[in-house]
Amino acid sequence: MALERETLDQLLETVRRFVGEQLIPNEDRICQEDAIPPEIVSQMRQLGLFGYSIPEEYGGIGLNMSEEVQLVFELSQASPACRSLVGTNNGIGSQGIILDGSKAQMEKYLPRLASGEIIGSFALTEPDFGSDAASIRTTAHREGEHYVINGTKRYITNAPEAGLFTLMARTGPKDSGADGISCFLVEAPTPGLKLGPPDKKMGMSGSHTCDVIFEDCRVPASQLLGGQEGQGFRTAMKVLDRGRLSIAAACVGVAERLIRDSLTFAAERKQFGRPIADFQLVQAMLADSRTEAYAARAMVTDAAARYDSGETVATLAACCKLFASEMVGRVADRAVQIHGGAGYVADYPVERFYRDVRLFRLYEGTSQIQQLIIARNMIRDHAG
Amino acid sequence: MKVLVPVKRVVDANVKVRVKADGSGVELANVKMAMNPFCEIAVEEAIRLKEKGIAEEIVAISVGSAQAGETIRTALAMGADRGILVKTDAPVIEPLAVAKILKGIVEAEQPGLVILGKQAIDDDASQTGQMLSALIGWPQATFASKIEIAEGKATITREIDGGLQTLRLSLPAIVTTDLRLNEPRYASLPNIMKAKKKPIDEKTPEEFGVDLTPRLEIVTTAEPPQRQAGMRVDTVAELVDKLKNEAGVL
Ligand SMILES: Cc1cc2nc3c(=O)[nH]c(=O)nc-3n(C[C@H](O)[C@H](O)[C@H](O)COP(=O)(O)OP(=O)(O)OC[C@H]3O[C@@H](n4cnc5c(N)ncnc54)[C@H](O)[C@@H]3O)c2cc1C
Repeated sequence: MALERETLDQLLETVRRFVGEQLIPNEDRICQEDAIPPEIVSQMRQLGLFGYSIPEEYGGIGLNMSEEVQLVFELSQASPACRSLVGTNNGIGSQGIILDGSKAQMEKYLPRLASGEIIGSFALTEPDFGSDAASIRTTAHREGEHYVINGTKRYITNAPEAGLFTLMARTGPKDSGADGISCFLVEAPTPGLKLGPPDKKMGMSGSHTCDVIFEDCRVPASQLLGGQEGQGFRTAMKVLDRGRLSIAAACVGVAERLIRDSLTFAAERKQFGRPIADFQLVQAMLADSRTEAYAARAMVTDAAARYDSGETVATLAACCKLFASEMVGRVADRAVQIHGGAGYVADYPVERFYRDVRLFRLYEGTSQIQQLIIARNMIRDHAG
Repeated sequence: MKVLVPVKRVVDANVKVRVKADGSGVELANVKMAMNPFCEIAVEEAIRLKEKGIAEEIVAISVGSAQAGETIRTALAMGADRGILVKTDAPVIEPLAVAKILKGIVEAEQPGLVILGKQAIDDDASQTGQMLSALIGWPQATFASKIEIAEGKATITREIDGGLQTLRLSLPAIVTTDLRLNEPRYASLPNIMKAKKKPIDEKTPEEFGVDLTPRLEIVTTAEPPQRQAGMRVDTVAELVDKLKNEAGVL
């Protein structure tokens, strides 16, 4: 159910204030220490940020998609590592349970995810299968009342912190494709579940990924999502469809922050006796960034409203993710350009953001995969 | 014990205020508003008293337009239990008028404590708490940096010039908050949603027999003078020389 405007405004204002007073002043520290300070994490818990998309009856706030993207616009004005910490609990780490979990599974995990007591992670990608996710090789064999899981997952966001994995593994034969994949809820720690060392990434310091290795890891059969084999790939795709809107919203938030920083810099930095904002070539960069960010905001807002009205938005969500992630790449590039040499050294946030935003074009489906989804759906719809 | 917390809606502390072209006041159209920071501290302190089991009920009060209801809503989201909005469209409401209205509410509600901000960041009057104390004849402790309550008494540490002063007052009493009393919490998102269901009573100044007609006239409003750039000196001798011969203060 949609919130009243006044309540939503108050919610957004609180997030805006928290971002301005707590997150932005700590960005450098988060980057240097490659960790979000525990007191900030606990404030995020108290604020309820771990459960904004989780239904109210399970202890979350139950925002609809339109409200969620507005919140993400605000939250993403700070270093994207901050959104990433709560991003999995609200997104790929909980949505599988919300969409296809049994009542018992929802009752068991959603309240703990909503409060931030546990961190949820989503494990689909493998060393040999990224874009080609329907071919994954991690296996789950039924043995009595358990499944025995073997395989390796790669680049799993928040895995080092995770207390619960939404794991895709093959229960069907080797060549069973998408229909042979099932989804499991695997708690951590569990015997047979090991974590690799944290990945050394280009950016997103403060947010961690690593390999998750399963060696004869036994999980009770009750941990099969929704109690049904063969549904895992469909669950994963539904989770990612929704997640794309959230990522696109994050791209918009970051872009708006970068534009603000660029404008502030351009108004203050003087060359040839004038602020560089007076120069039309600099103005062109500012104007292009503003226009593209606004276009992405409008796309995300529209697609989210359609999602809430019950429309299928798989194509639109892919359009949003494709455009917004490419857009924020261009905006970050212009932000560095406007800052000149200062944009290349770590004294200004744009240097860090430039590296951070590169990720948006890669995960939850690369830009090429979004193009394939959009075109495939167009052609399918055309064929009728 | 019941605690009353009056809260004022003011221009957000982060907004750069501008004087109206005709000098009659500051520009309020399309300006971001928020709860006065000292009032936030007052709300926080009341909530802490409730968490300690000293306060049972917190009532947030605001005098102003319908939008002042949003400020009450913020107090409710932080943890106040119910609100009273004394609604008026009067453009100027002076501290004496607010104190008279509060007197009426205090008489009706019979609280053990009223906590107010020491001043509001818009007009910086620092009068409402003191006037309320005089009107109802309760003891007051202003500029509190620490509040302790036990056995019907409040022990208040006050920030005064050159140090701290400790007062002991019998309850019921009026306390106004200084900056260092506490650091107000953020209203959590679930509590913002729950606040929607908490009641806000609407009243009017007439119900308390209070006439809001201003008693003061604003003659003019002006920007503070532009600060001149400073200068760096290399030695103490040069500093003394400049203070003596240029600034003429030595
Ligand atoms: C920081 C980070 C966090 C991540 N978090 C998670 C997570 O939490 N959970 C999870 O499961 N995964 C996660 N991933 C994995 C991410 O989703 C994959 O990296 C991504 O899907 C791409 O897969 P890949 O790396 O195997 O690249 P590949 O699939 O090998 O792609 C390499 C290149 O080939 C292109 N390509 C591939 N197939 C086609 C095609 N058919 N047509 C045209 N071009 C094609 C791609 O677009 C890309 O440019 C994360 C990755 C990173 C870097």
